[in-house]
Amino acid sequence: MALLSKKDANLIKDPLADNNPITIQVLGICSALAITAELKASVVMAISVLFVMGVGNVVISLIRNIIPSKIRIIVQLVVVAALVIIVDQVLKAFAYDLSKTLSVFIGLIITNCIIMGRFEAFALGNGPRRAFLDGIGNALGYGVILVIVGFFRELLGSGTLFGMKVLGDPIAKTGLYSIGYENNGFMIIPPAALIVVGIIIWVQRSRNRELIEEA
Amino acid sequence: MKEKLHDLKVKYQGKKMAPAFNALHTFLYMPNETTHSGAHVRAADDLKRTMNTVIMALVPCLLFGMFNAGYQHYSAINGFPESFSLFDHFLTWDNFWVGVTTVLPLVIVSYGVGLAIEFLFAVIKGHEVEEGYLVTGMLVPLIVPVDTPLWMLAIAVAFGVVIGKEVFGGTGMNILNPALTIRAFLFFAYPTWMSGDKVWVHEGVERAGTADAISGETVLGSLAQGSDYAYSLSDMFYGFIPGSVGETSTLLILLGALFLIFTKIASWRIMVSAVVGSLVMGLIFNGVVDAGWLPEYSKFYTLMSFPYWQHLLVGGLAFGIVFMATDPVTGSQTNKGKWYYGFFIGLLSVMIRVFNPGYPEGVFLAILLMNVFAPTIDHYVVRGNIKRRLKRFKTATIYPKSTDEVDSLKTETA
Repeated sequence: MALLSKKDANLIKDPLADNNPITIQVLGICSALAITAELKASVVMAISVLFVMGVGNVVISLIRNIIPSKIRIIVQLVVVAALVIIVDQVLKAFAYDLSKTLSVFIGLIITNCIIMGRFEAFALGNGPRRAFLDGIGNALGYGVILVIVGFFRELLGSGTLFGMKVLGDPIAKTGLYSIGYENNGFMIIPPAALIVVGIIIWVQRSRNRELIEEA
Repeated sequence: MKEKLHDLKVKYQGKKMAPAFNALHTFLYMPNETTHSGAHVRAADDLKRTMNTVIMALVPCLLFGMFNAGYQHYSAINGFPESFSLFDHFLTWDNFWVGVTTVLPLVIVSYGVGLAIEFLFAVIKGHEVEEGYLVTGMLVPLIVPVDTPLWMLAIAVAFGVVIGKEVFGGTGMNILNPALTIRAFLFFAYPTWMSGDKVWVHEGVERAGTADAISGETVLGSLAQGSDYAYSLSDMFYGFIPGSVGETSTLLILLGALFLIFTKIASWRIMVSAVVGSLVMGLIFNGVVDAGWLPEYSKFYTLMSFPYWQHLLVGGLAFGIVFMATDPVTGSQTNKGKWYYGFFIGLLSVMIRVFNPGYPEGVFLAILLMNVFAPTIDHYVVRGNIKRRLKRFKTATIYPKSTDEVDSLKTETA
C-alpha cells in the first residue's frame, strides 16, 4: 500500500472490516440473501457490483459539480442503470447460465442501497481518485461477505464448491457420504443466509467490542 | 460429596471455571446459601422445581416411547398381533431393548451436546449455568423419529441452543422454544429423515428397497396421501401407532397435562384454548365436507373429512399443546393473552395439517409462529387494560376526603 497515502488506504480497508456495508451498515441484505446459495453466483455478483461501484463512483465524482442538486438522484440512477445494463449484457453474452441463475438480481443492483449510498455520501463530495478507491473498497467489503456466505451455504447445503463435489458424491456414496453424511437442506433456503450473516456479525462484534451498538 | 463440591466451589470462586462447579453443585444438591436481601420471593418454587416437574411429566411418555419403538419395529416385521395383549405384545423385554438401543442414545446425545454448550457459554460469559436445557433436552428426543442419525441430532441441538437461545441471552430471554427450533432445523435441513413412511419405525430406512422392506406410515401421512390407515381409535388414544418417539400416547400426555395443571406449572388456559382452537378448525373443515363444497377427488378431502376431535389423538398435536405451547418463556404472559395464544396454536396446527400435505405435522410450525406473536398479543392485552381503567377513572366520581384525613396526611408528608 505504499502507492496510497494512509488516508486513501483506509478508504479501501475500512469497508472491509470495521465499516463493512453488510455487517455494520446492514445495507444490501436482499441480494446477500438471495444469490448466495452458490459460490459462483456470489463471486459473479461481487465482481458485477465491484465494476458498477468503481466506475459509477468515478463518473458521479467527475460530473459532481454540474449535477443540479435537485435532480441528483435521477442522474445517479441513470448512471447506475447504464452500468448495470452493460454488466447484464456481458453476462448474457458470455455466461448465459449464470445470468439465468442471477436473473433479476443483476438488474436489482440498480436499487442496491450500498451503491446509492456511496454516490450520495462520498462521490458527490470527493475527487475521482478518492471516489474510485471508496467505490472499490465498499464493493470489496460487500463481496467478501457474499463470498463467505456463499462458501458456507454451498459447502454445507450442496457439498460442492464452484460446482465441484468436494465432499464426495452423494448418489454414489463416496467421500464423506460413505459414512452417512448428508447435505443440509436448510442451507439452500434464503433464511439460512440471514443466519450465516448474523453469525458473521456476531463474530465480528465480539472480536471488536467497539462495534456493538448502544441498545 | 456435597461438602467436597461445596469446598471446590468456594475454592474456585471468582475463577473462570466457577460457573461449571456451581452448576454441578446446585444440580445435585440443595445449595448452602439462600437469598438474603432484595425484593425476592422467598419460596421454594424455583426454576429447578419447575423443570423437574415437567421432566417427571415427560418420563411416562419417554418410557412408553421406548416400548413403542420395539413394538412398532417387531410389528412391522411380523405383522400386528391379532389379539393384542398389553403384557404379551407391548411391555416385553424385547421391545424395551429396542427402545434402549434406539431412544436412549437420542436422550444422551441431546443432553450431552446441549449441556456442553450451556456450560461453555456460562464459562465464557461468566454467569451461572441455567437449568433451561433440562426440559429442552428431554423434549428433543421425544419429538424426533426413532432412527434420527445421532450426528444430525447433535448438529441440530447445537444450532437450536446457540441460535435459538444463547444469542438472545440464554434461558428466559429466548423468543422461540428451543426444542421446536431444533425440530424445525432438523425438518428443513434433513427432510428425508423427518417425514415420509420409512423413518418412523426402527430400521425402516435401512430396509427400504430390500425384500425385508417395512413401512410404518403415520396416520397423518396416510391421510395426506388420501389412503386409509389400519389403526383403531383405541390404538390412537393409547398410542400404539408409529410416530415421533414420545408423542404417540395421548393417554399419557393427558396424564402429564393433569399433573402439570395440578402442580400449577403449566397454564391450563393455554391447553384448554388450544384444544378448543383445534376443535373449531376441525369442525369447520368437517362442515365444509358435509356441506358438499369439496369434491371427493380433491387432495384435501381425506384430511378434511377426518373427524374433528380425532386430530387431537394423532400426530404431535396433544404433545405440542401440553408440553411446548405452555412454555412459560415463549408463550403469552397475560391471562387473557394466553387464551388467544392457545386458540391460534390449535387453529393453525390443524389448518397447516390439512392444507399442506408436505408438512403433515403443522404443530411445531404453529407454535413457533405464535411464539413470535406472543409479545404482540401481550402488548395489546396490556394496552386494552390500561384503556379500560382510564375510562373507568374518567367516569368515576371521586369524593372529597374528610378534613381529618387531609390533616393527618399533611403532617405525614411534612
